[in-house]
Amino acid sequence: MELIPLGPDAESLAMHRQRVGPLPTAPSGQLIAELEASGLLGRGGAGFPVGRKWRAVAERSSGGAVVLANGAEGEPLSLKDRSLMAARPHLVIDGALLAARAVGADDIIFYVGVEQRAAEAALRHALAERPADVRGRARIVKAPAGYVSGEESAAVHFVDAGDARPTTTPPRPFERGVGGRPTLVQNVESLALAALIARRGHAWYQGLGHGRARGIGLLTVSGAVNHAGVHEVEFGSTLSDAAAAAGGLNGDVRAVLLGGYFGGWADLDEQWSLPVDAPSMRARGLALGCGVMHFLPAKTCGVEATARIMSYLASQSARQCGPCVFGLVAIADATRRLAARSPQPHDLERIIRWGGELTGRGACRHPDGAVALLQSAVQVFADDFAVHQRRHCVTIAARARDAVA
Amino acid sequence: MNDTILWYATRGAGVVSLVLLTGVVVLGIVSAMRWQTTSWPRFLTTGFHRNLALATLIFLALHVVTAVVDPFTALGWKAAIIPFSSPYRRLWLGLGVVGIYLLLAIIVTSLLRPLFGPRVWRTVHWLAYAMWPVALIHGIGTGTDPRFAWMLAIEAVCVGSVVAAVAWRVSRVGPTTWRRVPAASP
Amino acid sequence: MGEALRIDRIRCDGHGLCAELLPELVRLDDWGYPIIKPATVPASLVEHARRAVDACPVVALRLRRTTG
Repeated sequence: MELIPLGPDAESLAMHRQRVGPLPTAPSGQLIAELEASGLLGRGGAGFPVGRKWRAVAERSSGGAVVLANGAEGEPLSLKDRSLMAARPHLVIDGALLAARAVGADDIIFYVGVEQRAAEAALRHALAERPADVRGRARIVKAPAGYVSGEESAAVHFVDAGDARPTTTPPRPFERGVGGRPTLVQNVESLALAALIARRGHAWYQGLGHGRARGIGLLTVSGAVNHAGVHEVEFGSTLSDAAAAAGGLNGDVRAVLLGGYFGGWADLDEQWSLPVDAPSMRARGLALGCGVMHFLPAKTCGVEATARIMSYLASQSARQCGPCVFGLVAIADATRRLAARSPQPHDLERIIRWGGELTGRGACRHPDGAVALLQSAVQVFADDFAVHQRRHCVTIAARARDAVA
Repeated sequence: MNDTILWYATRGAGVVSLVLLTGVVVLGIVSAMRWQTTSWPRFLTTGFHRNLALATLIFLALHVVTAVVDPFTALGWKAAIIPFSSPYRRLWLGLGVVGIYLLLAIIVTSLLRPLFGPRVWRTVHWLAYAMWPVALIHGIGTGTDPRFAWMLAIEAVCVGSVVAAVAWRVSRVGPTTWRRVPAASP
Repeated sequence: MGEALRIDRIRCDGHGLCAELLPELVRLDDWGYPIIKPATVPASLVEHARRAVDACPVVALRLRRTTG
């Protein structure tokens, strides 16, 4: 295990150096080449190749670039970033320092969720252990609570103007970010993995993984498992392996939420042997995203679970674009009515139509993600949605039957 | 004979300008309230709003030029350019000059909106609520005795229209109140 | 080579003049916000597209040159 175990206490600088060795001194061009060769993909949710991102910022930087280590972790079901920062702050700091060297940045920002006290404390303590020139270049910025505050343009906007709402792109942060300077916004787990690749070389990372998949990563497993929490897996291992790593399933499970609220539902029977790996999952129309895997117990109604998620996502809209404000709220309300088994006559048709019209019509991808989740729900829980439109619920009926059986 | 024609031209162009400006202000409010019917789409409101404003400039030019060159008033160009510099009805005339400058600011920022940006445009456009009363008061203050009934009737209709439109605007919750403070653009 | 419509979704306030002036390419959703056909603007409609851009009260619509 490379990133695990996480905790219970933050490692000190001495423990960190003992575990992984000193910070490599390779020049920036070599660092970027190693990352590109390793095939490391970003772990914030988008899965963009890390080396290519660093190169894009480096090309536009003339020494005044900015590195924003993104630990905001807005996905409610995800715990990996805060756990990583709380337990291995020095690995994250190393990643940020290497990124700063690679892209020519003199300003390093650690963007940490305001409610992540352990992570913030660990980072502060770890920065205090570093030499003065590092402390002078680095600062911690507390991200406001909220689903979209970790979106890259929102992060930049908050640092610049105290407003954590996404902005119209282009330009993207790698072109014009904090203070108008090229900014590398990178997830903290990606930075930690970069720090390991810089020491051990791309071949080490390429050597990890099963089958055609490469590399390792953190998952947050929750729901009907015995040991919910953050687990490390080699990509290419299956969904059943991930469940096993979390102590196995502790009941009947029909569906699993993959990738968090920005991902989608999948039928467990169909995907039990799914290779956990961003490209493989994308090829099957699924998402690894930020590594969330929530196993929904069969006794929980999928329509109700979806309605709760849609209401949350609608409430988390930045409220800047009409289609998202009105469309997402209308979809969430209709889904809630369906879940409560008191829908209006065309609610199911409507949410499908509105969803189709909503994609791509916001300034950020928030409505797109919500619609993708809804569409996956309507597919995976197709029978349940149809039954709910007729004002019944299969899950409730099953619970009632089991209660008197 | 000539003098009388110039004098009538000045007053006539002035009245027409006031009526046109009233139309412009009312249409601006109708546009902001997003009013439309199946046979009156919104682009007609905004189109007329712009065209009437530009037409007003023509009548204002006539109004100013005839007033300045009229030997009877002996105003001179200075009075038309520097507000409150004419000894003849200093305050009321001065207001007219101020009104024209306000109108020009609004029109120039509107024509060159891509250059000025939406926020400057919006701020300057709000001056319309100052520009119209200024124009009206200028008209009343510089008007000659006796006050003709038709003149009073026109003024009453203009005032009534603007008051009604503003009351409508104020009574209804604005179309964008679902927004909170807009984001500062990067 | 051609021109494409780009919209600033944050500035857009659902005034809907674009849909009135360019119904071939813009229609409004249930709340008055534009749904724009993503393709290049056909040459016959470019002038209408320019008028639609000009009519937008909040300057949310733009015509951009594209390479395709």
